[in-house]
Amino acid sequence: MDSTAAAQNADHPEAPLAHVADARVLVAVFAALIVLTGITVAVSYFDFGVFNLLVALAVATLKAGLVAAWFMHLRYESGLHLFIFLAGVAFLSLFLLLAMLDSVQYHPDIQTWEQRK
Amino acid sequence: MTESSPHGEGSNHAVSPHAHLAHHFDTPGQQYDSARLGMWIFLLTEILFFGGLFCAYAVYRANRPEVFLDGHRFLDKPLGAANTVVLLFSSLTMALAVRASQLDRRKVLVCLLAVTVLCATVFLGVKAVEYKHKWDHRMVPGQARIEAWFSRGPKDVTPGNEFRPDEAYVKEHLEKAGYGNLDKEGLARAVKNLSTFMSIYFCLTALHALHVAVGIGVMVWLLVGAARGRFGKSYFTPVDLAGLYWHLVDLIWIYLFPLLYLIH
Repeated sequence: MDSTAAAQNADHPEAPLAHVADARVLVAVFAALIVLTGITVAVSYFDFGVFNLLVALAVATLKAGLVAAWFMHLRYESGLHLFIFLAGVAFLSLFLLLAMLDSVQYHPDIQTWEQRK
Repeated sequence: MTESSPHGEGSNHAVSPHAHLAHHFDTPGQQYDSARLGMWIFLLTEILFFGGLFCAYAVYRANRPEVFLDGHRFLDKPLGAANTVVLLFSSLTMALAVRASQLDRRKVLVCLLAVTVLCATVFLGVKAVEYKHKWDHRMVPGQARIEAWFSRGPKDVTPGNEFRPDEAYVKEHLEKAGYGNLDKEGLARAVKNLSTFMSIYFCLTALHALHVAVGIGVMVWLLVGAARGRFGKSYFTPVDLAGLYWHLVDLIWIYLFPLLYLIH
């Protein structure tokens, strides 16, 4: 089922080119984003040990997901744009993963070198 | 891009071509789809662009967590949170502006774009306040060299000692943050950590601020166009694409804020 604007528009030339967002939904997403920002700031005053970074990144990813899905209207479009966005995230993750793998691998060597200085 | 042109053979259209339809597209829908696809690919490159700096952040933080623990104490959390709220609000007004352009509501569109520009300017203003604060305490990387260029600073600047923060301020600030009494060695280590953190902080936030500034320029252009009635139900592509860009800028700040300001 091709839901792109071109397909719709070819059949009905006067149809809207894209989904028109509902203002109430946008405001609700904004409210959720503010709440999540409050949560992430509040959580920063507590110490969860090794989970600190994980919690911060999880909340940030949730916020990013809200912005991408509703503000950037990924939710209302054909999957191609979502695919491009996720491809970017996937390649970025690959980039970070390989760099971190390399870095962690040589951690003991760095520490040895530093202790020798 | 704004020329009308006769359709070629085999077209399904019963209506006359839209004024904004370029000759190499069959329908306005196809033109709009192409524009959005191009924009998403550009956003992909932007994600990877910032990704490089985030990678530097990740590697440094994994190897030297104390750099970030020490460094982030010099960032103002309330100001950062305020900036986050302002940017999120500007994202909302931008999304509403795209909606207004789709519904032919010219006045609402102009208002919303103006509010977005205002919020973006407030964001840059707060950033300027933060940067000035760093400059006053000599915590900008390479500040000694910059001052030497303008013949104002010390004369003995070499690549090794360009970072000379106000040590009394650093000591006082860290001790207030609960570091206990810092001896000479502890202070030297803190200064070294601060240098690395400030480099990463300034690179990330300055690149982001540059994107915000470019966004302001684009939105002012949109504002002028909207005031002249260029955008409406049949042609709102520039507003939509600028909206996508602006939301990406917001997305990047959503990640920058906890990673820089909320470390513990």
